[in-house]
Amino acid sequence: MKSTDHTRIHKALAKATFEAYKSAVIRLPPDVLRVIEQAAASETSPVARGEFANILQNISMAEKLGVPMCQDTGVPVIYLTIPPDVPLTQELYDAVAEGVRKATKEVPLRPNVVDPLTRHNTNDNTGHGMPTIHVKPGEKFTVTVFPKGAGAENMSRIGMLLPSQVGQIEKFVVETVYLAGSRPCPPIVIGVGIGGTFDGAAAMAKEALLQPLDSMTDYERGMLAAVNRLGIGPMGLGGDFTALAVKVKTAGCHTASLPVAVNIQCWANRHATVEVSR
Amino acid sequence: MTVKTAKTAKPVQLRTPLGEEVLALHAGDHVELSGLVYTARDEAHLRMQKDGIPFDPNGAVIYHCGPVIQDKQVIAAGPTTSARMNELSGSLIEKGVRALIGKGGMGTRVRDELNGRGVYLAFTGGCAALAADRMTLKGVFFEDLGMAEAVWVIELDRLPLVVGIDSHGSDIFGEVSKHSDAEFARYRKS
Repeated sequence: MKSTDHTRIHKALAKATFEAYKSAVIRLPPDVLRVIEQAAASETSPVARGEFANILQNISMAEKLGVPMCQDTGVPVIYLTIPPDVPLTQELYDAVAEGVRKATKEVPLRPNVVDPLTRHNTNDNTGHGMPTIHVKPGEKFTVTVFPKGAGAENMSRIGMLLPSQVGQIEKFVVETVYLAGSRPCPPIVIGVGIGGTFDGAAAMAKEALLQPLDSMTDYERGMLAAVNRLGIGPMGLGGDFTALAVKVKTAGCHTASLPVAVNIQCWANRHATVEVSR
Repeated sequence: MTVKTAKTAKPVQLRTPLGEEVLALHAGDHVELSGLVYTARDEAHLRMQKDGIPFDPNGAVIYHCGPVIQDKQVIAAGPTTSARMNELSGSLIEKGVRALIGKGGMGTRVRDELNGRGVYLAFTGGCAALAADRMTLKGVFFEDLGMAEAVWVIELDRLPLVVGIDSHGSDIFGEVSKHSDAEFARYRKS
């Protein structure tokens, strides 16, 4: 590949990352909006109905004003799909970081990324190992931006359960939501990664949050019902909807282990995918 | 659920500075607040304890918020977690502050401090765009604390809130938390 191709791909990927970031923080994906609207329509607590009314009004106001729907614009979690003719090089990583910096300045985004030990803020939402970039092969060249806010992320947990505790997975999920209480800004979305390894379970739990929320398996629906019986409700003010959806991803694991990761996401399950135009 | 919600068809209109009208409010009442509020997070509370309150606290309203401000405009201003200010709010209420706004509720200490004096108003977490649409920036104190921690003076135009803790000792968050404790204990045994 010629160097001009490299430059072109770099520019196109940086631009697509910027566009995906901007879109993600301003408007919710249609499936996420649908589950919020459905919950708002069936919620029975008057206080909770008021919270849903504010959330829905906020969503339309963000769109109308072209501003982020929440002041915590998160940290950048990025998923790339790479077609066979695009070489996976450092340049792709650099291009994504450039798109993040541009979005931080121009959207604007709150500069959230700091060094974990010195707590020094880089002021551009990039840093050592940040953005987090996950790559997989695909037909199309796409970038998905999933800005992850701290309030909900901080309430996530991982457990290395015993192989005999398959029946306890739901309890671990419910306990995670119970311990979180009002802090992750419910109604939440719950991503569950089951199996794989310690790190793999966490990655699956996050990826689960990107799956369409308006179709759930019986297993997922059962967990959702158990979670919602806690009655924490929107913002911890009580109500029928502590959570909007549960999504599960699984992978093969060691016969002697059962990793279970629960990634908590606030009602603003923001993500956007943009195809890189080459 | 044991929580009683006094659903008001229309939200109660409130304007700062607040007075004894807040004593008539009950947990679960919807209100719309207009007038000046002062943002304050952890650092601002500590500074006010050290250097004094830079505004008239009588009937004042504190908003637990670290806004995004650009070109003297409020870009995004949703609430932050109020519980971090559990140990820092007493002196403000004592000096005349009538309402605290934030998310997630506050501890029993603040509930007791508000008794007969004021209310805690919950604003929906993440609703930064809705907030910004109802806000005009009027000034700033302690700007050296940085954007998130400074005390911003903001004029509200009918911000939609719900009374989370009233001046009679009723606390929705406390009740909900008791309910979820009981539910979880029961579920765990099942």
